Amino acid sequence: MRDAALEIHRLRRLLLKAAGAGCTLGPLLAGGLLTPLRVLAADWNRPAFTATNLPDALKAVGGTSSMESGGIVIKAPDVAENGAQVAIEIVSAIPAGQTIMVFVDKNPMPLAASLAFANGAVPHTRLQLKMAESSRIRVLVKAMDGKIYHASRDVRVTLGGCGA
Amino acid sequence: MPEPIKLRATLQGDTAEIRILMPHPMETGQRKDPDSGRTIPAHFIETFVVSANGNVLVRGQLNTAISRNPLFSFYAKGLKMGDRISVAWLDNKGEKRSDETVLVTA
Repeated sequence: MRDAALEIHRLRRLLLKAAGAGCTLGPLLAGGLLTPLRVLAADWNRPAFTATNLPDALKAVGGTSSMESGGIVIKAPDVAENGAQVAIEIVSAIPAGQTIMVFVDKNPMPLAASLAFANGAVPHTRLQLKMAESSRIRVLVKAMDGKIYHASRDVRVTLGGCGA
Repeated sequence: MPEPIKLRATLQGDTAEIRILMPHPMETGQRKDPDSGRTIPAHFIETFVVSANGNVLVRGQLNTAISRNPLFSFYAKGLKMGDRISVAWLDNKGEKRSDETVLVTA
């Protein structure tokens, strides 16, 4: 009698353990997490993202002497009512693979995003920014040859997005 | 475990449109808790990767200036129906999430 109870207890623990393992591993494997995560780590450009003024942020990405380009199109509202969510669209016609960097000049930390495109990805994106106040949105595009181009656009914000 | 990434990938002609919503608070670290008056620590996605069949399409680095629940659209050529599109993100607290979908025709 006692043996049977012990056996059941052991079986129960085994099952629980298996279920526990399944819970953590299943979604990881299903999501293909194991490969992309290796790509993810240690990629964040800390000096550029934590720079608290535009000249420092530009310097940190090597973008102080970029050329203005009509090949970068920024679509954004002239007036944004809610600075917590300003939708913009960026299309770049700069040839030869690239990185798109988005700055909000007057934000506490101007660099908002850096997106590198490869393997057939088109340098075209839509995203949503927080804007602390009315500001210039500045887009830098780094071409494969290392040359950097820029375009900018002013957006007036009626309600700042820092409290968001 | 963070909320699943909402992911839609549709093929229109020769271009795939990949729409991504990553549920995340994207705390700036500058907001104060209205009750305690304490600053709410920054909590935001630092990096994410969009891949097609394991090949990296977009590698993104983000700051707190990306809106809460980041929403992105990306576009890619050379993909075909049934290709596996995956997105993975990692935040400043080491939390992570990865999800996958299949490219369908619009």
